[in-house]
Amino acid sequence: MIDIGLLLFLLVVAIAIVKVRDLFAAAMLFAIYSLLSAALFAVLDAGDVALTEAAVGAGFSTILVLAVLALARRYEHPTGGHNLLALFVVGVTGAALIYATLDLPEFGAADNPAQIHVGPHYIEQSYPDMGVPNMVAAVLASYRSIDTMGEVFVIFAAALGVYALLSVKPRRRQFVLPRRPRSGKARDEDDES
Amino acid sequence: MMTFLSFFNYWVVIALMMIGFYCVIARGNMVKKIMGLNLFQTSVFILFISAGKVVGGSTPILRDGVEVYSNPLPHVLILTAIVVGVAITALGLALAVRIQEAYGSIEDDHLGDEDDDAELARMNREGR
Repeated sequence: MIDIGLLLFLLVVAIAIVKVRDLFAAAMLFAIYSLLSAALFAVLDAGDVALTEAAVGAGFSTILVLAVLALARRYEHPTGGHNLLALFVVGVTGAALIYATLDLPEFGAADNPAQIHVGPHYIEQSYPDMGVPNMVAAVLASYRSIDTMGEVFVIFAAALGVYALLSVKPRRRQFVLPRRPRSGKARDEDDES
Repeated sequence: MMTFLSFFNYWVVIALMMIGFYCVIARGNMVKKIMGLNLFQTSVFILFISAGKVVGGSTPILRDGVEVYSNPLPHVLILTAIVVGVAITALGLALAVRIQEAYGSIEDDHLGDEDDDAELARMNREGR
């Protein structure tokens, strides 16, 4: 029952994130969203995922967004009315996906296809094989260690990309926008108002 | 009622996914687009974790007195996905910062628009 409440909260917060125009408020709402989803993961028996989501989603992502907001404008530019084409596309995609869920197995049944493939093998063998009581850690670091190595490569590539993007001094601004020497100061004043 | 409950998780996941999708395609602000992408991503996490749940099961950490454990494999996949997702978020936000530095805006429709700052400042002062 707790998970149904959490899922409804998630829906409300997600709609609020899309609706709100103040990006600082959106960042805070996103931290709430991450924390709610971490609680949901804990309810659904995924303790390790809940810890990671709470630390990384609610903590680190929020800090990243706030760091960007220190440089960019806090308020999103308003757009008039609803975007009907986008709503139509989203509605059609959602209807197709809802239709597809009717083929999915019943939630939580012990004989779901996901539960009868390699899952039982991991549950029975991870302690005899590795001697680690936490099966998630055992599977992550041993049975699927190549996956984890690939993850490290992805993180390394992303870190290189971030470094390459941010290590360049913003000198070209004078060429692109020659008439904006005071824009940085003007923006600071906007944020205070 | 039983059928409704057994599909409720999937339906909420799809609703969250579509909210994130709408945020990505309909909002012009790049930080907002990245937030939409994260909403989408989290909905996929919830789908996977829901697939690994066994009713009456327990967290997959071996201990006495527990017979049924939930499936650890989706948890492992999602742990990897969370960390990769944050790396991608960082890359996207770094791109947004670069665009802000080069064009003075992170709005799709207002890149290089010189009057944008003044106009937005006026709107904020008037209070929306």
